[in-house]
Amino acid sequence: MRQYESRRIVIGAIFLIVGIIFLIRLFYVQVIDSHYKLDATNNVLRTVVKYPARGLIYDRNGTLLVYNEAAYDLMVVPKAIEEDFDTAGFCALLEITKEGFDQRFNRAKNYSRYKASIFEKEISARSYAKIQEQLFNYPGFFVQTRTLRTYPKRTAAHLVGYVGEANSKIIENNSYYKSGDNIGISGIEKHYEKVLRGKRGQEVQMVDVFNRPKGKFQDGAFDATAVSGSNLKLTIDADLQAYGEKLMQNKKGSIVAIDPSTGEILALISMPTYDPNLLVGRQRSKNYGVLSQDTLKPLFNRALMAKYPPGSTFKSINALIGLQEQVLTPSMLYSCYRGYSFSGRKMGCHVHSSPVNLEFSIQTSCNAYYCNVFRSIIDNYHTAEEGYNVWRNYVTNFGLGKKTGIDLPNELSGFVPKTDYYDRYYLKGKWHSTTILSLAIGQGELGFTPMQMANMVTAIANRGYYITPHIAKEINGQPIAEFDSTIVRNETGIEAKYFNEVVEAMYKVVEKGTGTSAKIDSLQVCGKTGTVQNPHGDDHSTFIAFAPKENPKIALSVYVENGYWGSRWAAPIAGLMIEQYLRDTITRPHIEKRMLEGNLIGTVPKIASNEGE
Amino acid sequence: MRGSKSLIDNIDWITVGLYLLLVLAGWLNIYAAVYNEEFESIFDTTQRYGKQLLWIGTAGVIAIVILLIDERFFSTFGYFIYGFILFALVAVLVVGAATKGATSWFVIGGFKIQPSEFSKFATNLALAKYLSTLNIRMTDLKTKLTAAAIIGVPAILILLQNDTGSALVYGAFILVLFREGLSGNFLLIGLVSAFLFVITLVFQNEVYQLPFDVELTGGWMLILALAVLMSLVYYFNRKKKQVLLFITVIFITCSGLVKSVDYVFNNILEPHQSKRINVMLGIESDPFGAGYNVNQSLIAIGSGGFSGKGYLKGTQTKYDFVPEQSTDFIFCTIGEEWGFIGSFVVITLFMALLLRILFLCSRQRSAFARIYGYGAAAIFFFHFTINIGMTIGLAPVIGIPLPFFSYGGSSLWAFTILLFVFIKMDADRLEVL
Repeated sequence: MRQYESRRIVIGAIFLIVGIIFLIRLFYVQVIDSHYKLDATNNVLRTVVKYPARGLIYDRNGTLLVYNEAAYDLMVVPKAIEEDFDTAGFCALLEITKEGFDQRFNRAKNYSRYKASIFEKEISARSYAKIQEQLFNYPGFFVQTRTLRTYPKRTAAHLVGYVGEANSKIIENNSYYKSGDNIGISGIEKHYEKVLRGKRGQEVQMVDVFNRPKGKFQDGAFDATAVSGSNLKLTIDADLQAYGEKLMQNKKGSIVAIDPSTGEILALISMPTYDPNLLVGRQRSKNYGVLSQDTLKPLFNRALMAKYPPGSTFKSINALIGLQEQVLTPSMLYSCYRGYSFSGRKMGCHVHSSPVNLEFSIQTSCNAYYCNVFRSIIDNYHTAEEGYNVWRNYVTNFGLGKKTGIDLPNELSGFVPKTDYYDRYYLKGKWHSTTILSLAIGQGELGFTPMQMANMVTAIANRGYYITPHIAKEINGQPIAEFDSTIVRNETGIEAKYFNEVVEAMYKVVEKGTGTSAKIDSLQVCGKTGTVQNPHGDDHSTFIAFAPKENPKIALSVYVENGYWGSRWAAPIAGLMIEQYLRDTITRPHIEKRMLEGNLIGTVPKIASNEGE
Repeated sequence: MRGSKSLIDNIDWITVGLYLLLVLAGWLNIYAAVYNEEFESIFDTTQRYGKQLLWIGTAGVIAIVILLIDERFFSTFGYFIYGFILFALVAVLVVGAATKGATSWFVIGGFKIQPSEFSKFATNLALAKYLSTLNIRMTDLKTKLTAAAIIGVPAILILLQNDTGSALVYGAFILVLFREGLSGNFLLIGLVSAFLFVITLVFQNEVYQLPFDVELTGGWMLILALAVLMSLVYYFNRKKKQVLLFITVIFITCSGLVKSVDYVFNNILEPHQSKRINVMLGIESDPFGAGYNVNQSLIAIGSGGFSGKGYLKGTQTKYDFVPEQSTDFIFCTIGEEWGFIGSFVVITLFMALLLRILFLCSRQRSAFARIYGYGAAAIFFFHFTINIGMTIGLAPVIGIPLPFFSYGGSSLWAFTILLFVFIKMDADRLEVL
């Protein structure tokens, strides 16, 4: 291939051209262009991070829930500390000990001798005023502004969540975050981190040998202004939220309220709670330690993370499935002699008149009736497995046993066993409708979060569907639907006419059944009580409700731990919540007073010790 | 076989000398880049400069061993070495460790080996062996396809490791194919496509207001400009046969290219890759992300001035402003501490090495050695161009090392092998009949 010998000239020329282009470019950058020069007296650049203000958070009515206050980080460049540094004076200024100084200084030195790192974090505006006056005496130190979260309403701590410093793991996995950055760690602050955080800015300063800023490098060509985070409007009603927290004081449990027509969450309460201002700034880690040690678990968001069996409230769902499966009609009668006997065993029931039709069964919460309904659903198919799968499918269509998709982190998916679960316990083909009969009355293996229960009520209130529940209403004034495509209408697969039967019965529950303590004058409230068997102590009181009966505006689930029957605590609290939201006044102050004064927190250890006797 | 005395006589000491200068300069600059008062000894093996010294020492052993091996070993076992490397590239996908998103490392007893560094050498060897076979013509389609496969297979395996930068290096072999008779049109087409790609990116988001209320986006505007250009070409060549067909084909191809840029950019390239290209072209400014490295690198190099700040006196590099200081951005340290003088010397050294290899190629009797030499030069050239180009803002940020300078054992060993095998071939050139 000698004939191509001359081509080596072309290749050589290509090499040379690139070399020459590089030399020209380097000559330009290094010698001609003064842009990149650092003045002889300005021998170093310093990048000062401009932290963006996090987005503000409002409730659905525009009440401010979260805003920012200025705070200051004191930065140090260890290399710039002179021999004759006045350590004693500096310690006095900062009100720290010599040991404290050495500890912080060594930490900074270990990070980098040349790069600035945080010496003292999040100094309040007041302390800063004093420090600022004298800081020029201490070369090597400078200040960076940042903001701290403030919660004027002191409510909704679990829901809003909190902000903390990004740890090394986050920094490693996400290129946006750098040491010293804050990041939403829980709640809304975490889920909407990208919306709220804004964009970090920077200012590149030229600094002389005495660490004095000598102005912006290249007139700010490399600077970037910080872009504030977007503001968030929540679907929460701050007044309702605060009122619910007040009603639940000294009790454990939760309340979730949803606007059924939109899936907007009106209140999300988990008790006991804490003041969100505790988890801000310098005292955060100390307070966090105290809160996480508390035996009442105030940091635990029961509304999304606690799993309870639904109890009798679940009977409405079994009734709906029976109707849709055509194994039940509203007029069908079942008799109940203080319970339901099957294969030599008996599931008990309380004393009430017999036989029972659909409406009365819900009104009086008859166990035997639902044992019959549940068995006829399952046994309508060839095998229990087949029948169970049909039943399970309906249940999950109500958003139960799977995440509702709410825009908050750490939601539990709850539990509805799959057939293989029973296969493992009872062997395949060896279990029957009677084996799993406790599901008929909402006990047994079932476990749902208060959030899922509220969502289930929403589907009943809407007569057949629910909208994915969500807590953000608008981002910078734009409806959330423009950002979040997961907010959709979910169908239960049960016809509206069947819902009307059950809704009518739930109305009777409040009018003259087990839920009369939720009754509100001239308002059609529908509800269902429940008592959740609790192997660890007193049973839990629960109530699901929505109002008004037609065009419902609010649907909610209330759980009060160790509150015995649903009618005792959960139902009156639900009634008060509905009245507060729809009427903004309370017509039954005696009930309100009883709820406010109720203290169930002390009862747990007492009952436990009784059992021991 | 002649004695070792004649081996010493026959070695091209100029190339060896250039190699030693580059490696030594690299080591001194790694020391400067990670210089830390607490670990002042340049021989401290807990620090990168100490480790690099170990790599240099072992590289020296490898170089000597290569010089002692019979030259025929490489031509005989060319395909075997290539096959072995392909196997290693597949294996690393299965059992390899991931660093910065790329699965390209074997970890053996605390040491990390990167097979993709060695596969350049192996590919070069296999390509040289194939193209030097008797009766091979670059103009045959079969030859082109086979050569493309030899080059393409390792490149694709490396792409699968998510190491786009190293895979791009294989594009450099087009220079070898060109030297061996590939039509110059391929080079031209490559250049024109790259040019169209870049100007389409720059202009596609513009909207042009034309008379009669017609609005055209940048992409269509470019096609319109192409149409006008082609019409002019046709007008001046209208007497020639087939020119219309020819021009139409070119026009359609170019238009297709322009319209596919968006797709390639958004769907084929990873977001961080498209971002880097956008930053380099000045379409997007991103002082923290992709633009950050380049800005900081330019400040470091630019602040060096004509004569530099002096060895170990660089401030930008000291304050860790430039990331990947001792690996991909090692040239910043040279620019900052040694100034334009230092940059000039380094570029001159590389030019000298590249041109020296070309010169050695032209005196080879065997086609095998000649093709291998061109391959080596092309690989060095590609690394040199992209690496230095990115530090001075002329090329997108693609993380590939600067030969002999960047910290890292695999790359130093691989470049040493690549070069010394050629030095050995050259030393034995007179034995080839």
